[in-house]
Amino acid sequence: MSTTLSRKATPWLFLAPALIVLGVFVGWPMVSSAITSLTDARIAGTPKFIGLDNYVALFSDPRFTGALGNTALYALGTAPISVVLALLFAVLLNRRIPGRDFFRAVLFFPFIVSLGIISIAWGFMLDPQVGVLTAWLSELGVPIGNGIRDPAWALPFVMVVGIWRNVGFFMVMYLAGLQSIPGELYEAAQIDGAGPWQRFRSITLPLLSNTSMFVVMVAAIFAFQAFDQIYVMTAGGPFFRTETMVMYIYSTAFQDFKMGYATAISWVLVLIVLALSLVQLRFFNRRTVSY
Amino acid sequence: MSSAFPVRTARRRRRRQDPASILGTVLIVLALAAVSFFVLLPVLWMISASFRTNGDLASHPGTLWSTSFTLDNYLNVWSRIPLAKQFLNTIVFAGSVTVLSVLIDGMAGYALARFRFRGQTVLFVAIIATLIIPIQATFIPVYNLLVDLHWLNTFHGLVLPRIADAFGIFFFRQFFLALPKDLEDAARIDGASEFRIFARIMFPLASPAVLTIGMFNLLANWNDLLWPLLVTTNDDMRTLPAGLALFKGQHSTDYGMLMAGGILALLPMVIAFVIVQRRFIAGIATTGMK
Repeated sequence: MSTTLSRKATPWLFLAPALIVLGVFVGWPMVSSAITSLTDARIAGTPKFIGLDNYVALFSDPRFTGALGNTALYALGTAPISVVLALLFAVLLNRRIPGRDFFRAVLFFPFIVSLGIISIAWGFMLDPQVGVLTAWLSELGVPIGNGIRDPAWALPFVMVVGIWRNVGFFMVMYLAGLQSIPGELYEAAQIDGAGPWQRFRSITLPLLSNTSMFVVMVAAIFAFQAFDQIYVMTAGGPFFRTETMVMYIYSTAFQDFKMGYATAISWVLVLIVLALSLVQLRFFNRRTVSY
Repeated sequence: MSSAFPVRTARRRRRRQDPASILGTVLIVLALAAVSFFVLLPVLWMISASFRTNGDLASHPGTLWSTSFTLDNYLNVWSRIPLAKQFLNTIVFAGSVTVLSVLIDGMAGYALARFRFRGQTVLFVAIIATLIIPIQATFIPVYNLLVDLHWLNTFHGLVLPRIADAFGIFFFRQFFLALPKDLEDAARIDGASEFRIFARIMFPLASPAVLTIGMFNLLANWNDLLWPLLVTTNDDMRTLPAGLALFKGQHSTDYGMLMAGGILALLPMVIAFVIVQRRFIAGIATTGMK
């Protein structure tokens, strides 16, 4: 083998294992799920091509529109609150305060434990019989009804768990962003007589816009993929009140075994996530400030 | 330091003694302590419940303190759930994904960063594009593929689809891009093969990236629920999160025992995190910057 040929082949040899895995388990499944979504595939039997029938059927499926609404509520409730809290904690923990390292570690802690397992505890804590949170809330006079099994409370509760999970992760991103802002900017602003809020508005926030773009996009993607705590705490119930798109895909595919229909739902989800990412990219690209 | 910047130090010292700012700091610390209590509450409750009987939990739901200290939950959980087997499954699954993905992502990231070849940019964009694709888009066809291959309930079925991911490749690429170019040239002149240069010189230099991506994969796979739920159908092949979640689905009132199993399952990742904490957080923090 000539040396030029081997030099040309070398990068491909380094890339081969990754490309094979990504091709077989990500690339091909994308194509194959697009095809499956146009069929009436079930777990067994030969699938029949039915064109866009699955997608048409989605519009008159109340469980689908319900799941779409729940997902939107979940995303609108969790993503902005998580991002704002993350920014708040990052700003507070960027100061020299006692116990700073401890507080940072505590806030990040939910991100390192299994959401599936810790959600068993969250479910029990919100249980009307043994739950410590339901006991405290009802002592405070909050009408928590049937706790996690209450149709009015189930979705807010799984949203709280979603926020609890991600705030620390986003905070770490913001802390890194804050540390990259030169301190002289604040000193100059202080000399010019700018108050703390003004400094935050005109220095911190604009210079964090790159970080914010990343965090907001990740927060939205996380929200649209929410599954673990819902599966464990409510399984989509009561009365489908917590059934998000992913829960619906999961139960359509693995409980009702309607593979064709489930892949159609998943493609709708993919298109929503892609559209959302593009919109956010455009939004932030117009506002990004650098120094 | 203090002699070099006398003005700054003086100002800082004055600010620290300002009573208003001391009060502000005290209020912030108190607020953060309250937030911390809420953040840690699920774990505190897990620990508490794991040492209590069901009767005690039901009659005193509003307390974290045990009035019925018992070790039974920790003793019984091993026979009620195949916990030892599931521990082993989780170690094999998360451990092999971590080791293999660090190697494979590292090699791919190295090729994208340190070589020039035709189609490089297109390939890089294609790999990054897979980052945005949610797992939900692929899990049904991947499941069907595993069924066809007869890979359900096997370790290779659990492990192989997960040993390469775009985030890891991207992370390693950024890391290798930042290393000076002349590093491998000396070795190349000495006639070392490309794989030898990678294995002996470049990969060892990437240990910070190895630590971050390795820890990421260890956490993601040890903790994952959806993937093991799909790939395993019998209790003896389950990983801990899937095993415990399914047991909770069938026996939703075995509170103390589920919490004992949960504590045991969470402990290894908490310990691993405490060990690498600083370097790991520094590693993930930089990814948000690019």
